[in-house]
Amino acid sequence: MTKPKPWLSLSGIGVFAVLLLAVAPLVLTDHWLNNLGKYCCWAIAAVGIGLAWGRGGMLVMGQGVFFALGAYSMAMHLTLETAGDRVPGFMVLYDPLAPLPAFWEPFRSTAFTLLAIVLLPVVLAGVLGYALFKRGVKGAYFAILSQALAVALATLISSTIRETGGDTGLSDFKYFFGFVLNDPANKVMVYLIAAALLVMCLLAVWQLYRSRFGELLVATRDAEERVRFLGYDPANVKLVAFVFSALMASIGGAMFVPIVGIITPAEIGAAASILMIAGVAFGGRASLFGPALGAMAVGWGQSSLGSTWPESWTYILGLLFIVVILFLPNGLSSLPARFARTRRSAAQQPAPAIATAELEGVRS
Amino acid sequence: MDVLIPQLLNGSAQGALLLLAALGLSLTFGQMGVINMAHGEFLMIGAFTAYLVQRVIDSSDVSIPVALPVAFVVAGLFGLLLEVAIIRWMYRRPLDTLLCTVGVSLILQQAALQIFPSQGVPVEKPHWLDGQLNSFGYNWPLRQLFTILLAAFCVATLAAWLKYTSFGRRIRATVHNRDLAETSGISTRTVDRITFFVGSGLAGVAGVAASLIGGTNSQMGTQYIIAAFLVVAAGGIGQLKGTIIAAWAVGVALSCFAYWTTGSLAQVLAFILVIVFLQLRPQGLFTVRTRSLA
Repeated sequence: MTKPKPWLSLSGIGVFAVLLLAVAPLVLTDHWLNNLGKYCCWAIAAVGIGLAWGRGGMLVMGQGVFFALGAYSMAMHLTLETAGDRVPGFMVLYDPLAPLPAFWEPFRSTAFTLLAIVLLPVVLAGVLGYALFKRGVKGAYFAILSQALAVALATLISSTIRETGGDTGLSDFKYFFGFVLNDPANKVMVYLIAAALLVMCLLAVWQLYRSRFGELLVATRDAEERVRFLGYDPANVKLVAFVFSALMASIGGAMFVPIVGIITPAEIGAAASILMIAGVAFGGRASLFGPALGAMAVGWGQSSLGSTWPESWTYILGLLFIVVILFLPNGLSSLPARFARTRRSAAQQPAPAIATAELEGVRS
Repeated sequence: MDVLIPQLLNGSAQGALLLLAALGLSLTFGQMGVINMAHGEFLMIGAFTAYLVQRVIDSSDVSIPVALPVAFVVAGLFGLLLEVAIIRWMYRRPLDTLLCTVGVSLILQQAALQIFPSQGVPVEKPHWLDGQLNSFGYNWPLRQLFTILLAAFCVATLAAWLKYTSFGRRIRATVHNRDLAETSGISTRTVDRITFFVGSGLAGVAGVAASLIGGTNSQMGTQYIIAAFLVVAAGGIGQLKGTIIAAWAVGVALSCFAYWTTGSLAQVLAFILVIVFLQLRPQGLFTVRTRSLA
């Protein structure tokens, strides 16, 4: 892979920001703007996955966990804001005198909620990452443990109907930090916040990728032992990337709640986490824009095709995984470079290209 | 003790089922570094095979014993197909096989959902599994004893096959050192295929056993796969004894936690237990000792 020119990427982010923040609200209907907001939330999480998986080589199959931390923190705050002084409706469904669970109480405070959205994923990812990376758990082990965590959390939420709403989840939010959510102007505002956060995440990742840390992360992905022999601790490098990716997933989850209006265990479980991975793989895991754009494309497929033809959408998703991973491991973002290479070699020396193809055929 | 012993038996049966599911995973992971996420769906295929065999042979007393070998072959063939069609292209990218097989598992689940009724199919239990065995002052449900015996039989056969046949020797050689095995004239490609067939076939057998205990539907694979992976992680790769002990421990832990708390909390606790265990022994219970950096 050739090294991307930093200023080109930066102007790319600029164009992306203009499209999302200025053009989209003018062009799109309310319905599609809301959908785009939803895709932005997935894209924020996807940017984090790109950082951890694409650059760091950690296959994070359970980002739904961190998505859930952000989403449920936000949802609990919004539920309490909607309920006012009373106990939220679903809790008193079975027992009219049910008290508010203790862990809900602090989420009344706006400051605590915002802090929780940032700190909860950082602490959990920090502890989990420290425990796993320091002991050299990596590769498939790490992937499976992270997915097991997502499954465990989803089942835990499903089974605690009284405390978390169970499978029906939390919904019917009326206010978003004092703003009425039904107001179209406020909906645009919520969308703009999500889009702006996505752009900020892209900027953060852009800066990370060109920093020395970014180099070290890629080095750890490609040759962990060599990094260790050079005197760095690969566990720390991975830990930082993992924590950042968890934070992004949490932010995506937090914005998902006011935009979509509901959060359920289905949005955070194994299937949802895999959907996030699908977008990143599709777009190009190691590229800057690939994860975000891929997640938006898969999000669009999920909400349009997935609702009209759920059967064929599952097949398409399955095939997408197989075909992309098998033939395009670096996703769609590697296509231009690949075409350029083919054209160059075809123009200059047609013969060696064939010879290489034959060689590869023999080797495999 | 009156509480503990039934939980122990229940957990052993659950562990036996997990063991059957995890054996194939552990074999293929240990040998090829391949994690097959569609393994749970092979278990599902085994369960549906039990149902289909029952459609042909009416009597459930006969159909289940017939279904066991049939499910082994059917699930094994699916595994072979997966290996030949997809996995063999990706041996250099083990993490990517994990994702590729996620795609396969999505497709298989959806196909099962469309072929069979979405609420699942009933698999009739044979009459000789009804009832209990009264001994040592307890009533042992025959169904649980059957699962344990089935797993014991499969493991014993597999262990003998690995240990005493020339083919088993080739598999062990490939697990220990692939390059050296190949240099010694072992066709590691053939070995890989047979391992995949056997591993997937065992999942099919597990599926038949699972169909006697729980429901048979398109989602059943996902219930078992995560627990099976935890077993593989805790047991260490490529070693039968590690997988056996880990499967039993996870099964008993799940069963006891589920008794003391709830089924879903049990999953969370078992997960935490495995994480803590990996802190103590990051490579699992037993490992194949090599001089490579790992």
